[in-house]
Amino acid sequence: MDSTAHAFKNNVRTALDDGKLQTALKLFPEGFPVKRRLAMDRLPEFDALRDAARDIKNHTLAHLDHYLERFESKVIDSGGQVHWCPDAESARQTVLAICRDAGAKTVTKGKSMIGEEIAINESLEKAGLRPVETDLGEYIIQLRHEPPSHIIAPAIHLSKDQVAEAFRKQHTHLPADRPLEEPAVLLDEARAVLRREFLAADVGITGANMLVAETGSMVLVTNEGNGDLTQTLPRVQIVIASIEKVVPTLEDATTILRVLARSATGQEMSVYTTFTTGPKRPEDLDGPEAYHVVLLDNGRTKMLGSEFQDMLRCIRCGACINHCPVYGAIGGHAYGWVYSGPMGAVLIPNLIGVEATADLPNASTLCGRCEDVCPMRIPLPRMLRQLRAHQFSRNIGPSSQRYGLRAWAFLARRPALYRLAMRLGVGTLGAWGRRRGRFRSLPLAGGWTRSRDLAAPAGQTFQQQWSARGGARS
Amino acid sequence: MSPSPARVGLFVTCLVDLMRPAVGFAAVKLLEDAGCAVSVPLAQTCCGQPAFNSGDNADAAALARQVIDAFVDYDYVVAPSGSCCGTIKVHYPELFADDPEMLERARDMAARTYELTTFLNDIIKAAPVEGRFERVATYHDSCSGLRELGIKTQPRALLAGIAGLEIREMHTAETCCGFGGLFCVKYPGISEKMVDVKADDIIATGAEVLLGGDMGCLMNMAGRLQRRGVAIEVRHVAEVLAGTTDTAASIGEAQK
Repeated sequence: MDSTAHAFKNNVRTALDDGKLQTALKLFPEGFPVKRRLAMDRLPEFDALRDAARDIKNHTLAHLDHYLERFESKVIDSGGQVHWCPDAESARQTVLAICRDAGAKTVTKGKSMIGEEIAINESLEKAGLRPVETDLGEYIIQLRHEPPSHIIAPAIHLSKDQVAEAFRKQHTHLPADRPLEEPAVLLDEARAVLRREFLAADVGITGANMLVAETGSMVLVTNEGNGDLTQTLPRVQIVIASIEKVVPTLEDATTILRVLARSATGQEMSVYTTFTTGPKRPEDLDGPEAYHVVLLDNGRTKMLGSEFQDMLRCIRCGACINHCPVYGAIGGHAYGWVYSGPMGAVLIPNLIGVEATADLPNASTLCGRCEDVCPMRIPLPRMLRQLRAHQFSRNIGPSSQRYGLRAWAFLARRPALYRLAMRLGVGTLGAWGRRRGRFRSLPLAGGWTRSRDLAAPAGQTFQQQWSARGGARS
Repeated sequence: MSPSPARVGLFVTCLVDLMRPAVGFAAVKLLEDAGCAVSVPLAQTCCGQPAFNSGDNADAAALARQVIDAFVDYDYVVAPSGSCCGTIKVHYPELFADDPEMLERARDMAARTYELTTFLNDIIKAAPVEGRFERVATYHDSCSGLRELGIKTQPRALLAGIAGLEIREMHTAETCCGFGGLFCVKYPGISEKMVDVKADDIIATGAEVLLGGDMGCLMNMAGRLQRRGVAIEVRHVAEVLAGTTDTAASIGEAQK
């Protein structure tokens, strides 16, 4: 998908002015965060599990080549194929070739952020195939031709009225005046439509929450069961996954599963957790005839061994997003690319470059709530600062801000000069603001005074008053 | 307590120095009442956090070195801010990760540095603060203090000694107010949305006073409340603990 992260400030304005989005976001803090808290309170060893999950991923990343090769050989042993794809284009071509070889017309899809990352739907459509998203949220946004706004709740920005509108517009085989007010009715309609697609599909594409090196299995969690129907009904199954999804053993996978759903939705386990290994065996009753794993790098090996390696521990639970007050103010689309929230602000610049994504690491108060809730203990604020340091050293971002900062630092590094300058500034401002005690507007302070009054200084600095009392020592 | 008083260097913080000296004097009073010998080194300006958070690590390190030099002589360094203390305690050592000599000095400084309420409540453990402030207040937990230093119970424990004060907790006490240093002027629209959520919650408690331990957050919330025409007094916790609220104006109010 094309990035609009370069237009972040415009995206933000659009988001803040979007009444429907703001209504949807208002409910957000009462949903997932509350459920996560309750789930954590029910599991006293949660923090110990977080440590274990972090250690598993750190170990895996330190030996990623080994575990990926082991995974590949196990997939081959079970009758499947692994395709190594360095970038989005090679992943798209690989998927298209598999679909073409299968003579496919309809392709069902489970929710996959890697699918978004490589924009697989567009290329399938261009090649004359019909991709059908089967996760309800993804299906809705596919009908609306828009990207997901959240990695686990892609349509969280929409109201049920907007969903009903999309269904009425697209499901033209149904009576136009049918009632669509109740969420359950919407759900039933989507199920009926999707059921036909599941049965018609030639190829099923899903993502993977984990890949297991020990067995060559993929692990998929969903709450709708659509992932299972996407995997088992078509003749050909394609798993698209990025390389950091691999874990060494089944036991490791289950440790991570224990923190995943709790962190994401506050569930102990997702409704469906499926382990799939290879194509249908002769004795199996069902399953695909062919099984392909498309392994995507797309910039991740560059993060290995860098100060951003910790980001590769991410299991895409969305907890950082759910607890981010910036995301809560603007939603996911403003970030401009596949991911959003704190994990997006770190991952997007790493995957598509720091130049056109310069706002993302800066649009954070570094409040630290994301790191607090991250089940994999990813130091997100530290990495946001590191991205800012990269920008600063490469002169990326508004030069006025950089000059201002340097000028301030020049003063702050000369205490005597600083005291003099501040005494003058504070004295002037203090005199101006003496009567009201605050300013409604002030030259050069528009960023502050646009929506806030600015307190006037007291008129004399602490240091001035302290010296006058004879308390100062040098 | 040891026979000779603890030598405390007060790190005033730039915002207290420039905007609300009364908070600095309240801190001095609290420390002296607790039996400390308080000094205020002249060679202090800012902890360097604005530079550090902007990716300007060279200036941040230069300022850190300046602070470390200025406070080398004290048993303790105390600041009326969780945010500045977080910079000193958590991030100074990060800045000097590749400089063993400075790293050692940064760690030494970090170990001696405390946020004011933490120092009074957990470290010096003097007699409980006493006073009277007959108001209903709510308390904002500033992010750096809360998450980097674990400041949560300390101010509340000290405030429990103030007669007549009722603390009514808000739902979002631990949610960022949208200040974030330069964030609030770089992204004013997002910041406004965040501080509005906060302001709504502050108002919903019915509190007459908003308290906190960090000037930046307090100025942000005071500025938004005042722009919305809400008459809630905004104070640094030190002023209430020191009993100096009668002599100094609250944030954004005209000087007395």
